[in-house]
Amino acid sequence: MLADALQLLLNGLMAGAVLAVPAIGFTAIYAVLRFPNFAVGGMATVGAYAGWVANTRLGWPAPAALAVAFAAGAAAGLASDRVALRALRPSRGGAGGALAAAIASVALNIVIENAVRFVWGNDPRGYDLPVYRDWRMMGLRAGPQQLENAALAAAAMAAVFLFLGFTRTGRMMRAVADNPQLASLKGIDAGRVAALATGLGMGLAGFGGMLIGLDTSIDPLTGFRVMLSVFAAAVVGGLGSVPGAVLGAFVVGVGEELSLLALPPSYRTAVGFAAILLVLSFRPRGLLGERAY
Amino acid sequence: MENYLLAMAVFAGLYALMALGLNVIWGLAGMVNLGLAGFFAVGAYASALLTVRLGWPIPVGWVAAAVAAAAVGVLVALVTARLRGDYLAIVTLGFSEVVRLLASNEIWLTGGTDGISGIPGPGRAALSPISYNLLYAGLVWAAVAVVGALLARLSNAPFGRVLRAIREDEMVAAVAGKRTLLFKVQAFAVGAGVLGLAGGLYAHFNAYVAPDAFQPLVTIYVVLALTAGGTGRMAGAVLGAVLVVALQEGTRFGADLVPGVSPVQAAALRAGTIGAALIMVLHLRPNGVLPEFSRRYGGPT
Repeated sequence: MLADALQLLLNGLMAGAVLAVPAIGFTAIYAVLRFPNFAVGGMATVGAYAGWVANTRLGWPAPAALAVAFAAGAAAGLASDRVALRALRPSRGGAGGALAAAIASVALNIVIENAVRFVWGNDPRGYDLPVYRDWRMMGLRAGPQQLENAALAAAAMAAVFLFLGFTRTGRMMRAVADNPQLASLKGIDAGRVAALATGLGMGLAGFGGMLIGLDTSIDPLTGFRVMLSVFAAAVVGGLGSVPGAVLGAFVVGVGEELSLLALPPSYRTAVGFAAILLVLSFRPRGLLGERAY
Repeated sequence: MENYLLAMAVFAGLYALMALGLNVIWGLAGMVNLGLAGFFAVGAYASALLTVRLGWPIPVGWVAAAVAAAAVGVLVALVTARLRGDYLAIVTLGFSEVVRLLASNEIWLTGGTDGISGIPGPGRAALSPISYNLLYAGLVWAAVAVVGALLARLSNAPFGRVLRAIREDEMVAAVAGKRTLLFKVQAFAVGAGVLGLAGGLYAHFNAYVAPDAFQPLVTIYVVLALTAGGTGRMAGAVLGAVLVVALQEGTRFGADLVPGVSPVQAAALRAGTIGAALIMVLHLRPNGVLPEFSRRYGGPT
């Protein structure tokens, strides 16, 4: 029983690291643009398929294909944002009310999901990966691929933190997230920062989508299926807080795995929803974030 | 062909009912609800289970569908009523996924992904398919007329004015002495009840319910219907629903005309078109074809 729990804890930590990547993307876009951009789900699918093409058609190894996944997510995210969402953003006072952009992003998800379905169909696709035997240590098992995924996720997170903490552009982004008026007084171009946040966030979604796909297989609903867990991670950590998204992702990842002790596996995704409700009832600003009302 | 048109009339009526329900929650009270498919599912399953398993009469099943969905709506509203819109969007979207998860997994109750079949319809055995569809279309549109008239009355009554005040500025409504939480919960319950009624009507028309019927795409259709028709006005909701079903069916024929497309691709084209249509409506006609009248008071007259 204890060994089981430890094994699930380890699995949860690895899953949490992977989940953190799209969760950072979601929360970073929220921090700058002030609306939940549900299109992260669609971009995760786009990244997963772009990486799959690089991996299986061009024969690139997983880390190189992940760079393609990031680039594809960022490019598709920026392009679709410009066409479908930009004019509706709350900061532009879109006529459809404060949530027009959020609603349009749900619709955008459906467009993207079906564009992917149109090209590649509904059949699940697998990546071309070397097969390793699980590593065993002190009674715990871990697949080298999962460990590699967690390490790649950690590398992506480290890059994001370095970018936000130590580069001029990263500091600009944080300034706009913190106080848009003050940032514009300082001469920061809000439009450029908005594009940066979208590109970074959707790129991370693409990267995360491929990481999730590496573990199993991908299909047009890959991104949609993890969306609830991604929201849960961001809300539990505090919407708009990047460190919060990481913390939230570990909470949700570990929670989803530990739920297997008590619940059938099909209810795993409901754990994220329960976490959202719990956090919003008792700590509406999330673990590290702002207020929810 | 007549049969097909009548079936489409039924679906247009169901979407009209759902758009009316959303109009109370979103159009009047300003609370975003992306969990429509969830309330629709609660109503459909409630009525299906009560009539199939317990043999209750169909009309009682419909009432139960509305009551069950309204009760769930109260629950969701109590948990979320104090949340800001963006959080509400996330929670309600999650809610509908959890409903679908429950429907797929609680096999003892819902039959899992196999669903529930053999749901009775009023007079299905006695009538020819065409007269049955005609009867059902009449029934659904009668429901639309009654619910639409009641909601239009409600919307012009003090209750509706308070909801609009909350939508525009909750603080002002609270300062004016309105118990805003109570009003928001009531609006959510009324809207969810109408969505549940639509679910109940759907279950008995379709004779079969399964979790697949309650995908987020349903929510998109209804949001599109209401946005296209005009949020805030009941007539807008109904007009929008007719437009959505026309678009849905138009794309069915349109996709058939594109050469060299497989059935999966055709389905993808149709669903994608609906999503794109919603994005376009939000850009081009954010207030819909029949926008809400905005009243300006120039002082007492």
